[in-house]
Amino acid sequence: MLSFKNAFIVLLGLLALVIPASASHPEPWQLNLQKAVAPRMEAITQMHNFLLIVISFIAVVVTVLLIYTVVRFREKKNPTPSKTTHNTLLEVIWTSIPALIVVAIIVPSVKLIYEFDRSIDADITIKVTGHQWYWSYEYEGKNVSFDSYLLPEKELKADQKRNLDVDNRLVVPAGKKVKLHITSADVIHAFAVPSFGIQKNAIPGRINETWFKVDQLGIYYGQCWAICGPRHGFMPIAIEVVEEEKFDSWLKSKASETNEPHKNSTPTKSKNQ
Amino acid sequence: MARVASKSPEISHNSHDHERSITGWKRWVFTTNHKDIGTMYLWLAGIFGIIGAILSMVIRLQLSHPGGMILGGNHQAYNVIITAHGLLMVFFLVMPALIGGFGNWFLPLQIGAPDMAFPRLNALSFWLLIPSAIMLTLSCFVGEGPGVGWTFYPPLSAALGHSGISVDFMLLSLHLAGASSILGAINFITTTFNMRCPGMSFHKMPLFVWSILVTSFLLLFAVPVLAGAITMLLTDRNFGTSFFDPAGGGDPLLFQHLFWFFGHPEVYIMILPAFGIISHVISTFARKPVFGYLGMVYAMVLIGVVGFLVWAHHMFTVGLTPGVRIYFTVATLIIGVPTGIKVFSWIATMWGGSIRFSTPMMFALGFIVLFTMGGLTGIVLANGEVNVVLHDTYYVVAHFHYVLSMGAMFGLFAGFYYWIGKMSGYQYNETLGKIHFWMFFIGVNVLFFPMHFLGLAGMPRRIPDYPDAYHGWNLVASFGGIIVSLSAILFIYLVYRLFRDKKLCPANPWGEGATTLEWTLPSPAPEHCFTTLPKV
Repeated sequence: MLSFKNAFIVLLGLLALVIPASASHPEPWQLNLQKAVAPRMEAITQMHNFLLIVISFIAVVVTVLLIYTVVRFREKKNPTPSKTTHNTLLEVIWTSIPALIVVAIIVPSVKLIYEFDRSIDADITIKVTGHQWYWSYEYEGKNVSFDSYLLPEKELKADQKRNLDVDNRLVVPAGKKVKLHITSADVIHAFAVPSFGIQKNAIPGRINETWFKVDQLGIYYGQCWAICGPRHGFMPIAIEVVEEEKFDSWLKSKASETNEPHKNSTPTKSKNQ
Repeated sequence: MARVASKSPEISHNSHDHERSITGWKRWVFTTNHKDIGTMYLWLAGIFGIIGAILSMVIRLQLSHPGGMILGGNHQAYNVIITAHGLLMVFFLVMPALIGGFGNWFLPLQIGAPDMAFPRLNALSFWLLIPSAIMLTLSCFVGEGPGVGWTFYPPLSAALGHSGISVDFMLLSLHLAGASSILGAINFITTTFNMRCPGMSFHKMPLFVWSILVTSFLLLFAVPVLAGAITMLLTDRNFGTSFFDPAGGGDPLLFQHLFWFFGHPEVYIMILPAFGIISHVISTFARKPVFGYLGMVYAMVLIGVVGFLVWAHHMFTVGLTPGVRIYFTVATLIIGVPTGIKVFSWIATMWGGSIRFSTPMMFALGFIVLFTMGGLTGIVLANGEVNVVLHDTYYVVAHFHYVLSMGAMFGLFAGFYYWIGKMSGYQYNETLGKIHFWMFFIGVNVLFFPMHFLGLAGMPRRIPDYPDAYHGWNLVASFGGIIVSLSAILFIYLVYRLFRDKKLCPANPWGEGATTLEWTLPSPAPEHCFTTLPKV
């Protein structure tokens, strides 16, 4: 049918507008996913865009077919209705084609789930704890831990983003595998950084694991994605990816800073105080 | 009871039908008549639908600008409003209207039964909703209010997150609404199994009856699981148990599994009756019998069965093993196939027909397009890995409003316009109906389509304020909200005009396409009908 072909061309044109990725942080009037900076998000973006083409195609086919049907078989044009109620071949076709489409989606989808759920040999492991309403980070084995709160509006500098920037960013080295151990100290939170392609719930009594590796230097943002109380919208995540040397010196300075108050006490003791 | 007895054909005349046996307030308060109970369900749904819609407008106003201050910066109040909006729309609008309202009215009529199997149980189902609604309302005004979301996950909904009595009120409200649903489901199942008129085998039952039957089984199997979860949460909160508290050896995820074992079938509970209505409307206005009747029936049954096997696709980010995520991805995608069968069968029903575009048909056509869109974004969300960047974002909000605010609501409006003449005896104003359709259709799309973009860009749901980059599409969505509100006001005016104009509706206003039994009765359907059982 000619209208199908035309519709498909229009659709491809529209997709071309939509698909080019945006920045790796939310932008005004953004239409698609944030730009991937980690391999997992690249894979997710690819999969999503494949799905977007499939579902747009189905949506257009159904809509065009529907409009064609109601125009062609409107009362004026077709005063006597037919009495057809069955067509076995047709029913087999419209069951088997969707089934094939489903299979075509399942195969890459399953591959993707396996690919990124594997544990890795991490270069650095960070324990992330969700609190009402801030995140705390602990560099495991490095004796560095700190809390990260939303930066109030009046303290924002010119290049900082309202409701996204924090007082203490999570700092990680570029090109290194960073493993996160995520848990919560009170209610359920979700640690989500869209441009890395990660979201994991922070659940009390459980430790969830995820990881990322980002090569590109920069500051990336996420938020808590699970309702956790009145200030759920105000516990963002800001991650600064820096060169390795810069990271090492930052870690050292942070370690001495962290050690000062706890010089004579183990972490467990300090918790009990 | 007398009504059940009158099933026997010898007591068979409609002489007293012209006059109501009981009038005034007693007619409504003491009634066990399925039609009066259905009408009361519809009024209840209307009232709570309006309240739920007002709440949604507060949400849209709060989100129309960054740093919205419509609630004076009280974010707990915002969370209470989103919770109340969700619960009201699910338990006090969609379910009472589609199941309690249309189900009560038309399931007995379409199978040629004089009433429901258990008329007094039926009245109890309705009246249980009143204390339930009162409890839910109270919960918002005592203590801190239930700012937990309609999914009320512990520990946020446990004593740790909400120590006051609001959440207890909310849970008790759900207990009552659940009991009401279970009793209603038992009633519908018994009625369908035992009170079909001679000649109406299961494979001749109208699709709306099938849809209510499948829905009732879903309710019967799903709601008790919710009741269990609620009870455990109540004892956790009040009696020192720790089912969901890790400090006492419990697990917060257990609640999520139980909740979604109910919650996912619940989604189909809301949409299946709409499927039934849409089939009737399309067949009526295309003046053609439903295409692939058996396929339609078993697609609904399959959707109902598989609906119980996909619950953890709401939990892809809680830390499930890859094997579990793969199973739930595959099971969820499979639901696309029976859903596809339904959509194609509706189009095939119209193919070769002689289509009239009355208001119910417009809503049915809108339903097909928009429900398909909602279903398709469901295909995206079903993928365990893509879901990671979309779960709990506005993409999900867009998705479930496309299937509910457009699917269930378009089904509801299609049913209203289709049957209002039969229920009230008065026909609606066609011009107003058409304007209502177009305003609602445009409004919901302007309101919900931009939410896909917000979700893709990473805007989390249930937040009272957002990073500035999300302003543009939020403003557009709020503008769409205004259009929808205006359409709701127009709808109220349409109902007012219906009762003012009193334009009498004939027994069958739709012509030869309307073949089910309710159209053989006068409009409005008399107090007692089918005292002589019809033959099909």
